Amino acid sequence: MAYTAEKPPLPETPEQLRARIPGWGADLDPRDRPSVPREVPGIETGAHWDFPERQVEHSPRERSIEHGTMPPVFGTSAPLKGASGAIRRFAYERYSEGRAAHWLLLIAADRVDAVESHLTALASTRPDNLLTETGIKAEITHHGLSSRTAGKRVDVGHQALDPVIVAGPWIVAAGLTILGADALRRRIDARTARPTTSTAQGTGTGAGQQMGQQAGTAPVDPTVAAPSYQPGMS
Amino acid sequence: MRAMVYRGPYKVRVEEKEMPRIEHPNDAIVRVTLAAICGSDLHLYHGLMPDTRVGHTFGHEFIGVVEQVGPSVQNLKVGDRVMVPFNIYCGSCFFCARGLFSNCHNVNPNATAVGGIYGYSHTTGGYDGGQSEFVRVPFADVGPALIPEWLEDEDALLCTDALATGYFGAQLADIAEGDTVAVFGAGPVGLYAARSAWLMGAGRVIVIDHLDYRLEKARTFAHAETINFAEHDDIVVEMKRTTGWIGADRVVDAVGAEADGNLTQHVTGAKLKLQGGSPVALNWAIDAVRKGGTVSVMGAYGPIFSAVKFGDAVNKGLTLRMNQCPVKRQWPRLFEHIRNGYIKPNEIVTHRIPLEHIAEGYHMFSAKLDGCIKPVIVPSAA
Ligand SMILES: NC(=O)c1ccc[n+]([C@@H]2O[C@H](COP(=O)([O-])OP(=O)(O)OC[C@H]3O[C@@H](n4cnc5c(N)ncnc54)[C@H](O)[C@@H]3O)[C@@H](O)[C@H]2O)c1
Ligand SMILES: [Zn+2]
Ligand SMILES: [Zn+2]
Repeated sequence: MAYTAEKPPLPETPEQLRARIPGWGADLDPRDRPSVPREVPGIETGAHWDFPERQVEHSPRERSIEHGTMPPVFGTSAPLKGASGAIRRFAYERYSEGRAAHWLLLIAADRVDAVESHLTALASTRPDNLLTETGIKAEITHHGLSSRTAGKRVDVGHQALDPVIVAGPWIVAAGLTILGADALRRRIDARTARPTTSTAQGTGTGAGQQMGQQAGTAPVDPTVAAPSYQPGMS
Repeated sequence: MRAMVYRGPYKVRVEEKEMPRIEHPNDAIVRVTLAAICGSDLHLYHGLMPDTRVGHTFGHEFIGVVEQVGPSVQNLKVGDRVMVPFNIYCGSCFFCARGLFSNCHNVNPNATAVGGIYGYSHTTGGYDGGQSEFVRVPFADVGPALIPEWLEDEDALLCTDALATGYFGAQLADIAEGDTVAVFGAGPVGLYAARSAWLMGAGRVIVIDHLDYRLEKARTFAHAETINFAEHDDIVVEMKRTTGWIGADRVVDAVGAEADGNLTQHVTGAKLKLQGGSPVALNWAIDAVRKGGTVSVMGAYGPIFSAVKFGDAVNKGLTLRMNQCPVKRQWPRLFEHIRNGYIKPNEIVTHRIPLEHIAEGYHMFSAKLDGCIKPVIVPSAA
């Protein structure tokens, strides 16, 4: 077929469409479309204030650093707590919404939150029940197998693995972060335990020296504990 | 009270939770009579939305009865039957004053790019949602409206998001008489968008999905032609072929972040979260629309970057339009369409589930079992 100025022909005329489809063309005129134009200055909203009264902030509420002020109204669901809360607070205080780090930290915190919450629940009267919480019973009551084998679905291949793929890498990453932080702390402990490091000498009052004394019960060979570490290098 | 709570990816349960309180003079507390699970809830359920906290109650589609009102509430009283738009908004900020209700600046400390949404993670403000017996409704004089006498409960419920969003999506597509409109996604939003495209005078409406039972609904409910993309080696070529090798005039993305059809995009975007979602459907939309055409994006994406084919959008001179739906703006006109019999919203409801069984409801809707298109939740106190 040749490319001409003609619009490709339609299978039905407007009259046929109007007869077949209830309401065909009812909003043909853009002025009948409630979202045209997009902005309607002065639109009636029901607000009887210029600026809303401020909701009481019971505990310091995290907020995006792209806000110049605390919005007057906010949700009070699930306040920050635990290690996930610390990561989330850091993500909000340190990075704007423009930074990938902001969102990646928040997602990492979500995975930490799930682990923390499962552990806390274990010690409670209501531990998590994987069978009921995943709703897996629906596989039996709502035709799991036949629903998946009907027709050509492209999602059946990855569905079974989805929960693992979603949670796995993040939990590993969270674990490695905790291990990494722990290793770093031990290296710093070992370094500050070294009687001859410049930091320990320089401070004089000796946080390092005190720690050195604590560690003294099990003498550490600083050259083994931190062979190549230079102060200020991390 | 009983409420659904999130327990981590793919895990939810119903718990005894403290009753919501009036936190602000213009708050109301609403006893929920019907709620629904939305395709957007799946992004939370799958752990894709940043700052989704364990203990959070989801649910942004609900109707109910006013149980309590704050001291400054003028338009509602205890006992009123109300429908509540999924947007939480102040009605008075720069954005609300211009009708951008979904982009309110006064309700979400956690992010400036998103407004407030009920039960939709802390990224949209940290408000508990309506998959629960009771819910706090901020700005009771602004968002909620009395349910018209003649409107059935399920139809009112569907007006709080899915129907309004589909209708809005068709409007953003700038449809003119005789346009060929392609809708990616035959979920509730896509079905309503396809149905609405006819109201705006479309000459052809084509719905694309890989779930046959949903495509069947697209034919019967939305009167549309359908294509199962799994039956085609390359859906873009098929779209070109069926539109005289020009492309569709207008395309609606009603899929969003969890699009299937390309495993790499799906796993990096929807699963590993290395992108703000899998842009498979959006990229298909960009490829399948004609030059100079419009792509209306109703599908939701996460806040980090996605691998979108922007170069082609530039070279083709496309108009890309998108937003979260400003729900209440759609209502007066939608009510007319429902009253005239042009749309019967609850024809797409497939399941009615007691709140206590919501975990099975999530699993079924997420895994697309049992012909599920729209599950409605019935709280115990309803
Ligand atoms: N902008 C808004 O205001 C707003 C409001 C509500 C929902 N949404 C978003 O709209 C989207 C759809 O919502 P829904 O409730 O209909 O969800 P849904 O999950 O029921 O429907 C999505 C459909 O897309 C299909 N699909 C997957 N990959 C596809 C592909 N590559 N091409 C075509 N179809 C594909 C699925 O099979 C499914 O039928 C979601 O992303 C949701 O978050 C946005
Ligand atoms: Zn929704
Ligand atoms: Zn506002």
